[in-house]
Amino acid sequence: MSLNLEDVARIARLARLELSAVERETTRDQLNDILGFIEQLQAVDTTGIEPMAHAVDVVQRLRPDVVTETDHRADFQAVAPETEAGLYLVPRVVE
Amino acid sequence: MNWEVVIGLETHAQLQTKSKIFSGSSIAFGAAPNVQANAVDIALPGVLPVLNREAVVCAIKFGLAVGAKIAPRSIFARKNYFYPDLPKGYQISQFEIPVVSGGGLAITVGSGATATEKFVQLTRAHLEEDAGKSLHEDFHGRTGIDLNRAGTPLLEIVTEPDMRSSAEAVAYARTLHALVQWIGICDGNMQEGSFRCDANVSVRPMGQKELGTRREIKNLNSFRFMQQAIDFEVQWQINEIEEGRAIQQATVLFDPDTGETRSMRSKEDAHDYRYFPDPDLLPLEIGDDWIAEVGGGLPELPQAMQQRFAGELGLSAYDAATLTASREMAAYFEAALASAGRENAKPVANWVMGELAARLNKEGLGIVASPLSAQQLAGVVRRIADNTISNKIARDVFDALWAGEGKDADAVIEAKGWKQITDTGAIEALVDEVLAANAKSVEEYRAGKEKAFNALVGQAMKATRGKANPQQVTDLLKKKLGG
Repeated sequence: MSLNLEDVARIARLARLELSAVERETTRDQLNDILGFIEQLQAVDTTGIEPMAHAVDVVQRLRPDVVTETDHRADFQAVAPETEAGLYLVPRVVE
Repeated sequence: MNWEVVIGLETHAQLQTKSKIFSGSSIAFGAAPNVQANAVDIALPGVLPVLNREAVVCAIKFGLAVGAKIAPRSIFARKNYFYPDLPKGYQISQFEIPVVSGGGLAITVGSGATATEKFVQLTRAHLEEDAGKSLHEDFHGRTGIDLNRAGTPLLEIVTEPDMRSSAEAVAYARTLHALVQWIGICDGNMQEGSFRCDANVSVRPMGQKELGTRREIKNLNSFRFMQQAIDFEVQWQINEIEEGRAIQQATVLFDPDTGETRSMRSKEDAHDYRYFPDPDLLPLEIGDDWIAEVGGGLPELPQAMQQRFAGELGLSAYDAATLTASREMAAYFEAALASAGRENAKPVANWVMGELAARLNKEGLGIVASPLSAQQLAGVVRRIADNTISNKIARDVFDALWAGEGKDADAVIEAKGWKQITDTGAIEALVDEVLAANAKSVEEYRAGKEKAFNALVGQAMKATRGKANPQQVTDLLKKKLGG
């Protein structure tokens, strides 16, 4: 499998990355190299091996249902670009 | 052409935990913006999610209640998309292996003689986090973001495309709504968004096997809107196809003001979520012992209770369903029944569903806030059963107890002197008086006027101020008048 420039443009749009024409070409080559590594991995015979969802073979630790956090809104909003009435402000989004 | 409607529902039920699914922030409703959004919730770099045990307990409860399979090992995945109220750039959800799969819900569509039963199969139910809220008004062309809701635990419950009408979809949604509250995993508050549904709707020619192209109606937050939105959408799709236009897969919104659905985004710019297992979270393991422990704490389920009420108490299916509409209603009925005795099951049911429900409804009260306790209501029923009072007087006793005049039915009956007169001698004396005072009616009756007899009964009942047993009065009058 290999990606063309159109695929790269689509992936860039999904990741909200703006790539120039030159960057698009380098990115295509880099991604195709990565896909090449994955092809190598996929060539290994994994018959009878159970797939893992995580590299570490331990299970999820669970937290008791207790409220432990306190309000730090002032601290967080002190470093936010724009806030008003306790809200974070962002450029207008309309779906 | 005849069209068949195909509907599948996805429901987001907000879980009744105290803290968020992956952080220790409170999920209480109505706090000032962003005061319940900590470093994990606003996605500061370097933070890690830690799963809330109680959210998993809620999922196990649900799985057991719908007869589903609970995965011994399930996986959390990242669902990637960009939106300002999702600061991480992905929602933590479950994709390939959800915590709950299969199971289903028995629903009743319609009521009375036309009611039909149906079983709706569930595909899955998975744990995920909610996003924050975007406020588009009043910020001089900017959008305001409140992240208090970000990270609130949700159980997304997905059905198979099993429903064939808006009525079936609403019946399923209502049954699910009652169940999640019954097992105590969701408060069911639709105004606050604790229970919201998306409906996948398609149509196909009757008899066709393949499904038509579906459109998804998002965020239906009332049963009435669900019915309206589906009905409109179905008609719209049929018109499109009949006019030769193909349905495009799309996400649509329902506008309650116009009663119409309109397209939000089409398939071309639909999200490509690029799911992958979240490396920040390890597999969730649920052992049989944990499932058994949670199962031991589950209340009797509404369906089992309905069967018990119908089978052991001889109540109708309708009564059994009405009395199990909520756990509080069922608890009230069972408490009243325990006090009144099982032989009075039917009258207790009638009083709970009739007089009590009507009065609570009129005064806008829930059954938990009923001024009349289950024991007080049972006392009224007992006194009807043993002929101490008539049904008519029982209503007055009910009113008096509702108003707080007396601690129980006996006290009210005693204080007001409402005890039914059953002493034959006393009634006989009364009847004699009435006959003597109404010679005209007696004459008319003897002349063959049946109406005159009713007038005499009325006079006798009036003389006792309703306290005589009407049957006894009638019998005595007949006897005295020579039958």
